[in-house]
Amino acid sequence: MTVNVVGKRVKRVDAVAKVTGKAKYTDDFMERDMLVGKILRSPYAHAIVKNIDVSKAKALPGVEAVLTYKDVPDNKYATAGHPYSLDPKHRDREDRTILTKKARFVGDEIAAVVATDDLTAEKALKLIDVEYEVLEPVLTPEDALKENAPLIHEEYDNNIISDFGYQIGDVEESFKESDYIFEDEFETSIVQHCHLENHISYAYVDADDRIVIVSSTQIPHICRRIVGQALGIPWGRIRVIKPYIGGGFGNKQDVCLEPLNAALTLAVGGRPVKIDLSREECMIATRTRHAFKYKFKTGVSKDGKLIATHITAISNNGAYASHGHSIAMSAGTKFRPLYSFKSIKFDPVTVYTNLPAAGAMRAYGVPQIKFALESHMENIARKLNMDPIEFRRRNLLGEGYVDPLNGNKVLSCGIHECIAKGKELINWDEKKEKYKNQTGIKRRGLGMACFSYASGTHPVGLELAGARIVLNQDGSVQLQIGATEIGQGSDTVFAQMVAEVLGIPVDMVHVVSTQDTDISPFDTGAYASRQTYVTGMAVKKAALEIKEKILNFVWGMTDIPAEALDIEDANIVYKHSGEVVMPLSKVAMQTYYDTVFAKPITSDTSNNARVNAMSFGVTFAEVEVDIKTGKIEVVEIFNVHDSGKIINPQLAEGQVHGGVSMGIGYALSEEMLFDEKTGKPLNNNLLDYKLPTIMDTPDIGVAFVETHDPTGPFGNKSLGEPPAISPAPAIRNAVLDATGVAFDRIPMTPQRVFEKFKEAKLV
Amino acid sequence: MLKKISFTVNGKEVSLEVNPGETLLEVLRKRLGYTGVKKGCAVGECGACTVLIDGTPTDSCIYLAVWADGKEIITIEGIAEDGKLSKVQEAFVEEGAVQCGFCTPGLVLTTTAMVQSGKKYTREEIKRELSGHFCRCTGYQNIIKAVEKSLED
Amino acid sequence: MYNVDQYFEPETIDEATALLAEHPNLLIIAGGTDVLIKMHSGKIAQADLLSIRKIKFLETIQKRQDGTLSIGSLATFTQIANDPIIKENIPVLKEAALSMGGPQIRNVATIGGNICNGATSADSASTLFALNAKLKLQTQGGERVIPIEDFYLGPGKVDLKPGEILTEIVISPEDYQDYGGHYIKFSMRKAMDIATLGVSAICRIKNGVFEDVRIGLGVAGPTPLRCQEAESFAKGKTVSAQTLAEIGKLAVKSTKARTSWRASKEYREHLVEELSQRALKVAIKNAGGESLA
Repeated sequence: MTVNVVGKRVKRVDAVAKVTGKAKYTDDFMERDMLVGKILRSPYAHAIVKNIDVSKAKALPGVEAVLTYKDVPDNKYATAGHPYSLDPKHRDREDRTILTKKARFVGDEIAAVVATDDLTAEKALKLIDVEYEVLEPVLTPEDALKENAPLIHEEYDNNIISDFGYQIGDVEESFKESDYIFEDEFETSIVQHCHLENHISYAYVDADDRIVIVSSTQIPHICRRIVGQALGIPWGRIRVIKPYIGGGFGNKQDVCLEPLNAALTLAVGGRPVKIDLSREECMIATRTRHAFKYKFKTGVSKDGKLIATHITAISNNGAYASHGHSIAMSAGTKFRPLYSFKSIKFDPVTVYTNLPAAGAMRAYGVPQIKFALESHMENIARKLNMDPIEFRRRNLLGEGYVDPLNGNKVLSCGIHECIAKGKELINWDEKKEKYKNQTGIKRRGLGMACFSYASGTHPVGLELAGARIVLNQDGSVQLQIGATEIGQGSDTVFAQMVAEVLGIPVDMVHVVSTQDTDISPFDTGAYASRQTYVTGMAVKKAALEIKEKILNFVWGMTDIPAEALDIEDANIVYKHSGEVVMPLSKVAMQTYYDTVFAKPITSDTSNNARVNAMSFGVTFAEVEVDIKTGKIEVVEIFNVHDSGKIINPQLAEGQVHGGVSMGIGYALSEEMLFDEKTGKPLNNNLLDYKLPTIMDTPDIGVAFVETHDPTGPFGNKSLGEPPAISPAPAIRNAVLDATGVAFDRIPMTPQRVFEKFKEAKLV
Repeated sequence: MLKKISFTVNGKEVSLEVNPGETLLEVLRKRLGYTGVKKGCAVGECGACTVLIDGTPTDSCIYLAVWADGKEIITIEGIAEDGKLSKVQEAFVEEGAVQCGFCTPGLVLTTTAMVQSGKKYTREEIKRELSGHFCRCTGYQNIIKAVEKSLED
Repeated sequence: MYNVDQYFEPETIDEATALLAEHPNLLIIAGGTDVLIKMHSGKIAQADLLSIRKIKFLETIQKRQDGTLSIGSLATFTQIANDPIIKENIPVLKEAALSMGGPQIRNVATIGGNICNGATSADSASTLFALNAKLKLQTQGGERVIPIEDFYLGPGKVDLKPGEILTEIVISPEDYQDYGGHYIKFSMRKAMDIATLGVSAICRIKNGVFEDVRIGLGVAGPTPLRCQEAESFAKGKTVSAQTLAEIGKLAVKSTKARTSWRASKEYREHLVEELSQRALKVAIKNAGGESLA
């Protein structure tokens, strides 16, 4: 088997479909009698529905149904895209009902209307009379943690979702051993995914009385389970179909619309009902990224070795649990394989507030903790008068590290090479020299930040993926996977993997891009940067399995032992010489039509990954700061990644470009704002939420340090999320270098920068 | 009060009666089936709904259908000829400018208009011409490459 | 679908004003980039529309014999950005036009709509204030011409009387000839954004001395405004960094900035002081003056 397509810049398998407009997304499917579903949303952040009268809405011509919490099952369910746990103690908090009689954030779902068209539906919403008992909104985690704070979910004793943490070693003892103790506090803001395609789904009851849901989801199989739980019906009665989706970034790793959508179609006798969220709704009524407050207390030796760190974290979870405390725990876990600490104490608390629910977003808690940790490291280096790069280098772990809590091993680590490469790419030494004594209005500076990440959730979560391959008569194959293409390119890398293992050209591998829970092998979906690593192994296994079956079949046909054969370029060949025995298509035809031996060849297998692989990387950034206006411009930025073997460099670069641009927005301009008294969203639209445009995005440089991880199907490790992790702290550190001002809060908007520069007497 | 309008879409003549409140986006997607035109924000902020109206890139979500009377509309479906990708489409494919694909149709159309103008664009001018398009997946890098490639002679 | 009942599209200004007189409930729509957004958000729940898009002569940009510049209210921002008359005579307006929105918006948004929307942040407004622009408003009965400063009444409110249509923006030759100008749109993003502060500075210089300085500000008060104190001070002063510094300080005095979630009063005033100087520096160069450090 020659390595000839893995590692190559193979064209995306769906590029042509997308570039011609042929690729169909959820809103592109038309059902003849499709109805429109719209949601009545609470104008209050915290309120009880005392009375709700839908009679006028129901009477409006064109309205087919109006539902309130009284009309839907009141089963509490969890919306998070996690594999189900057979152990009840390990499950996500179930605090969500399909519709609510208590509003917990501005935008909470009070009622829903089904009508013939959107204008009628909107009119109907206005005709629903709701009498609210307005309660005191709890808008900050600090308020939520107060002694007699109003309870957001009254079935619990307080507003804490969890405060489970850990300690490795003994930090108090370690602090006694330390020469210096440094303390810092940091804060990140609420941001949103802003995938171009808003959440959307439609549902109907099919001829077999099963509920069919077509949805823009990252997690079709999980979606099916959660809809079943929400409705209280067997999961096998539900079918979820996922077509092409317009991005997700973790926001579609939650089940937001589908349970309500199912309830709506049932309310109209199974007729198709579509719920198409507006951008304004999507920004507040799906999920956001948790805002975190971090306190770091770190003990260091005088020669710059990290001894211990005590981290306190407050995670602002918003109104419903969704992914809840997992985000904080992910943060507290994933930073460990990078730097050596003798002791670590991690004290997180995840808190409800009357704000939109926070959930999963690219890199799942790690951008927040890395902003804090890498800024903290920078502060410490400066106080120790040490070069910030040298300080980090001195403390890096590396290959051989075994995590004391979860047992994950670092079997490949290229972080040193990443740092060296990044330093070179940005011309660190030369520029540092050049920018030494600036006095003008515009100042430049350099900064960097490192990260570590995992590939999937083992051992915290089940990592299960399936793959099925079917051999066609012409020697081509279909690959069916439960893993979802969300733009990251998973379909393409799987095609490459199959082609590589099976010995056929990539364009003879047809990846069935749509997931259909009736047909697609089980897979929990796109998240945790797991698919190329976990599903990739299932795909590799399936390809190996089908190859073995094919060669065994040829053995039966020809009496040439399977082990003497190989497949190259869609031909069965002698392994030792490459001489062609027969085309694969000839074998395939036999498998279909031989009157005695016909047995069409497929493989169907799964991978339960009980391994994990740590990926690493670094961002190097150069900024120019306008001291007077507070505007920060990223002049140059490079990300260097160790994600093991890069399966498709062009797609990999694309992921890095996207993640870095997200990181730049996170550092400088993106922030969801809410009225501090009422909790009303102030900027839930693409104008007022400052998503960077193309004119705000600098050139983004990418490099890879390719290690080989033995646990990855092709030596590969996670890459989807990591690029979003380190840009923000690198930019913050560059601003510190340029101006001497240490920011402890992102985004560093011009207003904030102005205020801090005034404090620092720079303006 | 319905209004009768006639226009062409991708060279094909169309005549229909529309409600004055209907957007060109709705008419193209729902009435005529051109689902390649995408809805991203409905307020002309993201550019996903961009079509060419008499050659000019326009957000169809804030363009009333009645205004399309007498105009020539080009959507993404009209770019490939006889199944053959245009130079712009090829460039987007080659340069890795496509990820989730939702912003792609609008960008291909704006780029097509730039190519058709015959003008030369600097990198900064390219960025300005594309600044009415949001993309969250690509960080815009490969999109710029694709546009530069499309503009090459 | 927008909630629209009646819809008219007259082809002449007389037809349009007649319809307005007959149906006072009609809302004028041109490019639609303000009206339709307001309908989407619910600010306008339902509308009966009078589209003036077919009144072609309202798209004309011309320079009359005596040097008066006339910009039709239907001129789009793209049109203004590309127009040779604008480029040659009032390039500062070209800068302002290019800063507005993004290409697709500029392709349909009209300068008349931008003005009549009455936002202090309107990218055309501060420059038109600086250019002493006058507006021609037509009704069925006649027409009136008023200075643009008198047209803005308050946030989102303009003196567009019932039955009136803004047809033309007029700039007199003495208000722009021999002047150099520069527009700075300070915003959080370089495109698709509303100004946090808009500064339009124009000046005329002779022998290193300011003969005239005019500064129009957007988002420094509930309406666009001029900086009278700073302008009066500047007249006759030597073009120098110190003069600019003083102009900056005085410009702040004309402002009525307030703190909102977008920016604080202090920050806005700070920007006025800083950016009015930066805009003037470039305006000085464009007016043929010496570059200042």
